[in-house]
Amino acid sequence: MTTVVSAQNLGLTFPTGDGDIVALSDVNLTINKGDFVSFIGPSGCGKTTFLRAIADLEKPTSGTLSVNGMTPEQARQARAYGYVFQAAALYPWRTIEKNIALPLEIMGHSPAEQSERIARTMELVNLSGFEKKYPWQLSGGMQQRASIARALAFDADLLLMDEPFGALDEIVRDHLNSELLKLWERTQKTICFVTHSIPEAVYLSTRIVVMSPRPGRVTDIIESTLPRDRPLDIRETPEFLAIAARVREGLRAGHSYDGGAV
Amino acid sequence: MTRLLPVLTILLAILVIWYGAAVPMNANWQVTLNNRADLVDVPLTTFAQQTWSQDKPVLPAPHQVISEIWNATVALDISSKRSLAYHGWITLSATLLGFAFGTALGVLLAVAIIHNDASDRSLMPWIIASQTIPILAVAPMVVVGLGAVGLTGLVPKSLISMYLSFFPVVVGMVKGLRSPEAIQLDLMRTYDANGWQTFWKLRWPAAMPFLFASMKVGIAISLIGAVVAELSNASGGGLGVRLLTGSYNGQTVQIWAALFIAAGLAAILVALVGSAERWVNARMGARA
Amino acid sequence: MMRSDLTPLQSGLALLAALAALAGLAFSLSTFTTAPLLALVCSLGALSLVRLIWPFSLWLDGALALLGALALVASLPAEGSMPGHHWLALVAAWAFAWLFVERLSATIRLGKLPETGTGLVIPIVFGLALLVAWEVITRGANVPPVLLPPPSAIGARFLAETSILWADFVQTFIKSVLPGYAMGCLAGLGVAILVDRSPFLKAGVMPIGNFMSALPIIGIAPIMVMWFGFDWQSKAAVVVAMTFFPMLVNTVAGLNAASAIERDLMHTYAASSWQTLMKLRLPAAGPFIFNALKINSTLALIGAIVAEFFGTPIVGMGFRISTGVGRLAIDLVWAEIAVAAVAGSAFYGVIALIERGVTFWHPSVRGGRA
Repeated sequence: MTTVVSAQNLGLTFPTGDGDIVALSDVNLTINKGDFVSFIGPSGCGKTTFLRAIADLEKPTSGTLSVNGMTPEQARQARAYGYVFQAAALYPWRTIEKNIALPLEIMGHSPAEQSERIARTMELVNLSGFEKKYPWQLSGGMQQRASIARALAFDADLLLMDEPFGALDEIVRDHLNSELLKLWERTQKTICFVTHSIPEAVYLSTRIVVMSPRPGRVTDIIESTLPRDRPLDIRETPEFLAIAARVREGLRAGHSYDGGAV
Repeated sequence: MTRLLPVLTILLAILVIWYGAAVPMNANWQVTLNNRADLVDVPLTTFAQQTWSQDKPVLPAPHQVISEIWNATVALDISSKRSLAYHGWITLSATLLGFAFGTALGVLLAVAIIHNDASDRSLMPWIIASQTIPILAVAPMVVVGLGAVGLTGLVPKSLISMYLSFFPVVVGMVKGLRSPEAIQLDLMRTYDANGWQTFWKLRWPAAMPFLFASMKVGIAISLIGAVVAELSNASGGGLGVRLLTGSYNGQTVQIWAALFIAAGLAAILVALVGSAERWVNARMGARA
Repeated sequence: MMRSDLTPLQSGLALLAALAALAGLAFSLSTFTTAPLLALVCSLGALSLVRLIWPFSLWLDGALALLGALALVASLPAEGSMPGHHWLALVAAWAFAWLFVERLSATIRLGKLPETGTGLVIPIVFGLALLVAWEVITRGANVPPVLLPPPSAIGARFLAETSILWADFVQTFIKSVLPGYAMGCLAGLGVAILVDRSPFLKAGVMPIGNFMSALPIIGIAPIMVMWFGFDWQSKAAVVVAMTFFPMLVNTVAGLNAASAIERDLMHTYAASSWQTLMKLRLPAAGPFIFNALKINSTLALIGAIVAEFFGTPIVGMGFRISTGVGRLAIDLVWAEIAVAAVAGSAFYGVIALIERGVTFWHPSVRGGRA
């Protein structure tokens, strides 16, 4: 199996006025090609920071981190990954198709190839027919699908998703979750997915990384035993509930909710 | 210090460029002068110093402007007609009077506009349209017109200032008084608050940041209005008159000095409104 | 009392209008022959008291206001002051117009009439009412023309002097304002983009730019006239100086308007700083740049006109205003101001239209009435 992301003794500290904040401490993790890895934990546990470090949006202060065998910066310059943010961050002055064309323009694809890729990725996220719409004419769920299409358009093998469905209601979120699974199966991408929802993490992932704060660290890594083909009602099976219970156990073991007793 | 350093650097650069530019801009006249005095082969450093100390230079050097400001304010009796402090005071009093009335009028009109649909619909389009009109151009005419019916001195000038400062205040206050959100208004309704209470407890405090932002624009434009209004009446005094007489007599140093005093006044006035703004905002719990 | 659905304010206006008309009628009976039209309108206005029994449509109030205005203007005496009771008719006409506008806006608010179209009627009515009141008061009260000439005199002067006004417009607007505006705005934009690349320069230039925007830059006009001569070049130079700083400050602020997520996105694409500028930060700065363009459109015209007070060839709007004031040719000055007002509003309007087309995506443009 090829290694896509590899972190060894990774640490990341933010200096602030009130002293340093240890966002990540001694993180060791290997992500293989084709994995769907979820990062779960309460806020401040460093899950988003870890994703941003992979994307070269933050610089680790200790340890090593490699993406596709390169440094994160080299990987970014090689356009090794697509990143989906918490908000869709579509440019309001561009139509949906022009938004998806944005990375293609920057990376210098020909117009013909651009339109071919736009058509393909819009088909992939079920947005065909909305090419000429502006982002603000679409619902929140459709906007987030467009932003996923934008991340897929340039065919990077790695997809980094930072709570992409966090702002959506549960009905839309369920729907997009099952679509994301289908998309993952069809495209064979490696996906790193940050969430704070236990059912979402268990439903989607092949591996679940449980993290806890102060300092941000990995407390448990759970291999999912669920089959790759997962209908939505798999969430009622005992197997699913067992994994969810283990995740909850891991979160509790990290003392992440003890703060409430003060 | 880290915030001051870049500003000081730029200011220093401006000063260097200014001194540098004064040499070639005043060079022609200096060459003529030197030829008349039969001075030949003047060394460059001497020549530069000569260009920085002319009587009526095309571009006066900064130190000439500063010494003129000093001579015309501190070193001169305040009642003298040549005192810039005297002229500055004339302009300042017209500005402040006009600004005070303009702000009051603007606030009153804004209150009327948000409480009455008809006045909103009939006044607002004209108020906005009138902002696109070069009102300042009317200033000298208003001064002369009012002078013809016996109104002279401070009042016509402050009318211009009032007119100019009133627009930003109306527009800002209408925006500000309407800034409370629907849920905040609904909250007042659940308390069965009357219109008076809703106004003083919600709309007025919500409008404060808008009021001060408009007042900063208003006071600056009020000063400009007073200066321009003075251009039409050379006997009345004021910084505008100093600009005008300076330009008639080619007294460039005098123009620059009047200009700097006007700029200084504007800066002080805007800073005063700004600090009042910070004080009020801090008292109302806004962050920085 | 009132059987209709009028608010207290509307009832008060209705009463005021009817009673003023009634009083005007009583006084005009003796002088019926001099102003028959006015007496007729006054009696119609007094008749409006029937609304106590039969409420009638707001359009009738509008018609009464319009008739009153026409009658007032038609019965203005050629010389001397207006008879006293005409002032009562003016009050009545004004009250009818106000009542009409009150009732119309209430109807629009209730959704009984469409906003578009009818919403436009109200400011037009207000503008016309103001114009009629101006005409009637200046002529009726014998206001000295030096103080305020009646609009009819301004209009007549405007038509008589079109060639002079056109020459002034070309000199001031086409030759001074437009080149100065273009140069000042482009320079501000260019410097903003350059400064934006260096945080140190930005930290130094921004406070100075903000400071300069508040200063009476217009005062450099006499200096510019000395440097660049009497013709349009010196006016354009003043315009450049006045428009430069608002554009600089707004553009620098606009270039920082893109959100952190949007910038991170460009970072993940390993986009060059030029690509980030062209594809993200400049479009995001659009609303700010247009804001400066709009502010500058007014400043440019003011700058050019005021700069002409300090010396011009014998043509130009500012020249005409300052010499007209000196020769007490106030109606020509007002005609010139009317040209300036139309030119200023049209200039602003064109830029606002372009803004709508270019920054159609911005919430302030999409949202409609704020």
